[in-house]
Amino acid sequence: MTTVHIPFLQTGTLAVGGRLLTEEERSVQSHADRPSSLTKGHRACQGCAEALAARWVMDTAVEAAGGKLIVANATGCLEVFSTLYPESAWKPPWIHSLFANAAAVATGIAASLHAQGRDDVRVLAQGGDGGTVDIGLAAVSGMFERNDDVLYVCYDNQGYMNTGVQRSSATPATARTATTPAVGRHPGQAFGQGKSMVKIAMAHEIPYVASATPADLRDLEAKVRTAMSIRGARYLHVLVPCPLGWGSASSASIALARAAVQSGIFPVIEARAGELTDVQRIRERVDVSAYLEPQARFAHLFTPGGEDALDRWRALAEANIRRYDLLGGAS
Amino acid sequence: MSGHDSPPTVGVSTGPATSLAYHTGTWRTERPVYVDLAPPCSLACPSGEDIRGWLGSTQEGEVGFEKAWRRLVAANPLPAVMGRICYHPCQTACNRGDVDEEVGINAVERFLGDTALARGWALPAPAAQSGRRVLVVGSGPAGLSAAYHLRQLGHAVTVREAAAEPGGMMRYGIPAYRLPRDVLAAEIRRIEATGVRIECSTAVTSLDHAQAEFDAVVLTVGAGVAHHVDIPAGAASHIVDAIDVLRDVASGHPPLLGRRVAVYGGGNTAIDAARTARRLGASDAVVVYRRTREQMPAHPTELADAVGEGVRVQWLSTISAVDGPRVTIERMELDADGRPHGTGEYEELDADTVLLAVGQDADLSLLSDAPDVTVVDGVVRVDPVSLMTGRDGVFAAGDVSPGSRTATYAIGRGARAAKAVDAWLASRVLPAEPVAREASADRLNAWYYSDAPKQHRSELEAARRVTGFEEVLTGLDAEHAVFEARRCMSCGSCFECDNCYGMCPDDAIRKLGPGMRYEIDYDYCKGCGICAAECPCGAIDMVPEVR
Repeated sequence: MTTVHIPFLQTGTLAVGGRLLTEEERSVQSHADRPSSLTKGHRACQGCAEALAARWVMDTAVEAAGGKLIVANATGCLEVFSTLYPESAWKPPWIHSLFANAAAVATGIAASLHAQGRDDVRVLAQGGDGGTVDIGLAAVSGMFERNDDVLYVCYDNQGYMNTGVQRSSATPATARTATTPAVGRHPGQAFGQGKSMVKIAMAHEIPYVASATPADLRDLEAKVRTAMSIRGARYLHVLVPCPLGWGSASSASIALARAAVQSGIFPVIEARAGELTDVQRIRERVDVSAYLEPQARFAHLFTPGGEDALDRWRALAEANIRRYDLLGGAS
Repeated sequence: MSGHDSPPTVGVSTGPATSLAYHTGTWRTERPVYVDLAPPCSLACPSGEDIRGWLGSTQEGEVGFEKAWRRLVAANPLPAVMGRICYHPCQTACNRGDVDEEVGINAVERFLGDTALARGWALPAPAAQSGRRVLVVGSGPAGLSAAYHLRQLGHAVTVREAAAEPGGMMRYGIPAYRLPRDVLAAEIRRIEATGVRIECSTAVTSLDHAQAEFDAVVLTVGAGVAHHVDIPAGAASHIVDAIDVLRDVASGHPPLLGRRVAVYGGGNTAIDAARTARRLGASDAVVVYRRTREQMPAHPTELADAVGEGVRVQWLSTISAVDGPRVTIERMELDADGRPHGTGEYEELDADTVLLAVGQDADLSLLSDAPDVTVVDGVVRVDPVSLMTGRDGVFAAGDVSPGSRTATYAIGRGARAAKAVDAWLASRVLPAEPVAREASADRLNAWYYSDAPKQHRSELEAARRVTGFEEVLTGLDAEHAVFEARRCMSCGSCFECDNCYGMCPDDAIRKLGPGMRYEIDYDYCKGCGICAAECPCGAIDMVPEVR
């Protein structure tokens, strides 16, 4: 894992910073003069993990690029809440074109910079799961396939949240959305639908693919740094709990991301050229209910009749734990 | 850092306006507020130490040791002693016990105490002379603490001690394998160096005379007289008081106890006596106690150490008669209320000596001319806030007054008595101690405290222990002491981990720099509560907004 090892100084690796750390050991986010690329006054909901993860990613990328970073943004929550005309909450140069074409726009910027001999300026594209997994998938796949010099970051909140919480192809099974109501014999999103963008990216055999969550800042910063040290197409998939769409407490966003990882629901991995190279082990295993129960979109799983669906969730966690050796010790 | 500090210049379709113009703070229904709560360790410490504070300084390593020690001696002038003999109720209360194992506070206290002695750090200089004279009667932990704190406040303090050397039960009761005498002597000398005058072999026999000589008197004579029970005993029986044995050993005159020793009682004195008997050559030391292990007043670690050294305990038993080497024991049973009753079943035990450790009383002979000083249940009655006895200007603290009979409690009461005397001398009313809000375990987010096991002080091998009076526990080295201090979770008080600052989705927390903590920008804080939820130590409250 690219995670930085932090000595035990009251807290260890898991906290943002610590007064006893040396300058080299500090995370980007712990610095009083961090870039704060996504600044105050944006209109994200209370407790929005996407806004948080976007600042973490962007600050690290800005640092890694020596301040020379251009960002292309797909349509989605992130674009809507950060740029209400005529205001912007972004500090780096930032462009929004269409829902589907963020990867293509970024490809164009990268090609243009290359033509000008400006290899010192780096390019980042970002979008939600709608703009990445559904609507923008063709452009993303093309960017991967051509190995364009772009870091593409997907903030996955598992649905179309700012338009009223409709399902996407990243919405998990059984989740209630406006278009997958919790009614009938199989309430919520159906089992057997949806796709794994991480696996799709790996199948392109691009230089670097990773997943991360806002429950582990150090891991996320390290992955952005690793990605920025590589040229070519790179993909980072960040799970971002959404209080609005998930029906969770605004204060619980970090805790839910933690539960997603510690239950085995969301594997945190790294892959190079299509090969899995590292996984983050489960530190304190929790049952899937620790992740599901605090979310109103899964409330029907905790009423009579929800047991079968819960068992299928457990099987999913077990499958992940097996496939990625999340508990360690298999090799 | 290469931060972009200029206002955002963005895409072609928008002007240079920034979202800073929009104050999202208006959305808030709850606001995060930083708080400083009292940690359970300090609330449980009878000496009133700011444990979280001095552990915090220790965490900084070498540069923080002296600062840590100074914060420690602000409450307790005997850290090297208490780092050895305190039963550390702070550790029992420590929230870290719920995470892995409680912080080894006592071991760190001893490390700081020993470091101070090794480096010759002096106690703080006293305040300017007040011109008032205070007599402290007795030089045990309560007396030394009272004297130290009174001297710090600028008063001229004399301690009068009946015994040949100062220290009270620390000198004559607690065995040397738990408290080496050079450590005690060094810490007492350091108190004397602040100007406290200690007069040994000087018994105070009259309160009237004492008050004629001094402006105020603090009684800290302890409870050094053995309590007695009536046991039918034959002429050849060898029955002695355990406290006398401990005193004789401490004075350099170890008595002959024989090969088989029975100790009657269940307190720490009984355990100390049994362990001492083993060291004096008894192959068989049996503690006879009339109740069960759960009810035993002796500290569990003392009992465990004793058992490890080969001491046996005969539970639910009383000694009903002693005749020469034969001790008759009656089996007991507990009734529904947990009280022991005789069963009428007897058995015999062979013992060359029976040591009585069934409680200790205060020697109150100096009160013979002071009928206004009320004595209830063998101890001097005091006002619970001012610690003043029935006589104006006469105060009492430690074992001679009501309360827990431990050195730690005595040090706390001695300090309290010093404050009370100081207030009385200035005709001020001493306010009651404020009740602090506790940083309870449910406020913590333990995820952030990496698993870090307690650094165990290595114990001398049990076999080696029973051959002498060498100290049983060795101290931590600096590296381990710092590590142990860093296991402190700083319950209820910000230690600048940056979680709130780093995890605010709205970038609405400002970091003010080392030691200055953070500030919330309420113009932008939406009140999501992530900062409070992810604060490891529970130092943020969410408070409803009132508009």
